[in-house]
Amino acid sequence: MSLKAFMFNEFLFISLLLLLTLVLAVPLGEYIAKVFNGKDTTVKSLFQWLEKLIYKISGIDENKEMSWKTYVFSVLIFSIFSIFGLFLLQELQGHLPLNHEHFGPVRWDTALNTAISFATNTNWQSYSGEETMSYLTQMLGLAVQNFVSAATGIAVCMAFIRGFTRAATNTIGNFWVDLTRSIVYLLLPLSIILAFIFISEGIIQSLKPYVIVQTLEKNSQIIPLGPVASQVAIKFLGTNGGGFFHANSAHPFENPTLITNFFEILAMLLIPVALPFAFGAMINSRKQGWSIFATMAILFFVEFLTATCFELKGNPLLKQLGIAGGTNMEGKEVRFGIISSVLFAHSTTATSCGGVCSMHDSFTPIPGLILLFNMGIGEVIFGGVGVGLIGLLIYAILTMFIVGLMIGRSPEFLGKKLEPFEMLMSVICLLSPPLSVLIFGGIAISISAGLSALNNFGPHGLSEILYTFASASGNNGSAFGGVNANTLFYNFATSLAMLIGRFTTLIPALAIAGSLSQKRFIPKGSATFTTHVPIFVWLLVVVVIIMGGLTYFPVLALGPILEHMLMHLGSTF
Amino acid sequence: MQEIKRGLIIFLLFTILTGLIYPLFITGVAQLIWPHQANGSLITKDDHIVGSKLIGQMFSSPKYFHGRPSGVSYKGNISGASNAGPTSKNFLKEVQNQINKVREENKLQNGLLLPADIVLSSGSGLDPHISKKAALLQASRIARARNISVEKVQELIYKNTEPPRLKIFRHPGVNVLTLNLDLDR
Repeated sequence: MSLKAFMFNEFLFISLLLLLTLVLAVPLGEYIAKVFNGKDTTVKSLFQWLEKLIYKISGIDENKEMSWKTYVFSVLIFSIFSIFGLFLLQELQGHLPLNHEHFGPVRWDTALNTAISFATNTNWQSYSGEETMSYLTQMLGLAVQNFVSAATGIAVCMAFIRGFTRAATNTIGNFWVDLTRSIVYLLLPLSIILAFIFISEGIIQSLKPYVIVQTLEKNSQIIPLGPVASQVAIKFLGTNGGGFFHANSAHPFENPTLITNFFEILAMLLIPVALPFAFGAMINSRKQGWSIFATMAILFFVEFLTATCFELKGNPLLKQLGIAGGTNMEGKEVRFGIISSVLFAHSTTATSCGGVCSMHDSFTPIPGLILLFNMGIGEVIFGGVGVGLIGLLIYAILTMFIVGLMIGRSPEFLGKKLEPFEMLMSVICLLSPPLSVLIFGGIAISISAGLSALNNFGPHGLSEILYTFASASGNNGSAFGGVNANTLFYNFATSLAMLIGRFTTLIPALAIAGSLSQKRFIPKGSATFTTHVPIFVWLLVVVVIIMGGLTYFPVLALGPILEHMLMHLGSTF
Repeated sequence: MQEIKRGLIIFLLFTILTGLIYPLFITGVAQLIWPHQANGSLITKDDHIVGSKLIGQMFSSPKYFHGRPSGVSYKGNISGASNAGPTSKNFLKEVQNQINKVREENKLQNGLLLPADIVLSSGSGLDPHISKKAALLQASRIARARNISVEKVQELIYKNTEPPRLKIFRHPGVNVLTLNLDLDR
């Protein structure tokens, strides 16, 4: 195939994928708005009995709403049960069924790390699935958290949006109701459809033991099995990203073809892209939804093009050795090639998914930097389900505060006055993750427990540490996999970083919602700054870049940027 | 305090719904409609399972096409990659060794540039494919070892090059296992 035809095919893959995502996301956004406003839909007429049954058994009055503090309390309680339950399941798996490979209890620090990781929607993995977790643990523990942690994110996002739609009230919704609706009307139906697409393409779904085969050269090989497709579906729809296998979606059983790769990328983008439109529908200003979407889309495209250009240029050091074009296929699968792998990697860090179809550690330095930047700015380019939109709206609050200062009026956003309490909460939300990255990263580079786990030296070693804590604090879960993170130090440090990242987003968001919902709307005046126009989009883009850039620039200069320059000078480490 | 009780009950309910009912339902349907795919796309030859179409195998004999280098030796019970960064000394040394090995095995001239996939390891360590170029450069070695014509080998390479999906996406490469099975036939 000529280069031109090749590029055309790749271009077609990407445009088709992104176009289909948008075409599906717009109506999905409208649907989500309906679901959380309690309106009737076709899906509701099919599954309403299930929703009602859940309320009946657990004694929930769906009309009784919560104050923001009760909402926070419920989220915390639910997360504690999740962490505790998942930890226990891993310790007891040796005595439970569906453990054909006779895996014993998971080492306690690994199990604790995994429990926190999955309950916070991070899905950072310091274990390797096919050697550690029984089928039952995967299904009943990990897959469940894929659902409920994602649903928690969506629920909190809906409560956050209510802060902008309500006035003079103390309540922001009922967490149990929002959680149930996320699962029953959104995540579960979509997962079922996606799982079937995956299985028809070759993703496995079996409860039989691993198969031992004799290869053509008479060696023995183990073919692992498991209930993979059902888990991979929610892994992407819920932007979870935890792999059934160690190699995650590079594993042929987790991502066997270009078609599954297509749908995996589509699935991780789908709900995060739909949420701005749901937001527009809920605040009754669809233009506002589009302007939020535009902000995200601009950042997404610019970064994707940059990353692709640099990765296609390859590695000059490999070229010197005699590889055609210096093409960087290290850590990438032949069936995906360079461009699809970059799109996957960019999407997985732009959203907070964290699933990988190629090894990020082996990317050339500038694409690596873009992945780091995506996580560093807080995963707001579409972002994780729910939390991504929250993050960007908090950037929007900050933007309106700056705008207010510039034009000399008291700041407001969507008709709500922004006061010290909202600004305090916004700053906590925006600054905690970078603080966590820099403090834990600083500790890791100063002690031998931090440095001895590295797989690479020189500036790339610094990038590995930075990536580890950016991923944990951003609740992403992808890794520069060279770091041997299954040590006491990394298991503890990343656990703390994950908890900080998760709850300094959720709690401030609910606090802001609680405060805004009490305020009355300010009538629009002639000096009101409209927020669904291009100038607002540009301001927001700039604020996001400046915040991300200023916070991380020094350490990015010492890591990927330095490595890029040294790579071209021929230095190795 | 009522929220604590509700939280516990709802946690258990969702554990049953999404952790048992959902995956078992999917497994049931999968085993009914797509049993081949759901059980690992296994390939049988003379009533023996010889592997999976989707999982690469270790080949070292000159009679067979070789796959990509693997960080996990294609064992299958584990998966994974080198995770080497682009400026790692050890990595570049490893690649140099691999390049020398491929050139020697296939009697290639020294200056010839190699396709990247045949000397760089994959993300899973189980990549079932190699690029068409990586297959073609092995053709004359196979022909010599098996005493058949190079054209015959090339024909099999083209036969085992998977077609582009939906006729529009890039072609995913040459499946090494099915190609080697065809050679034995």
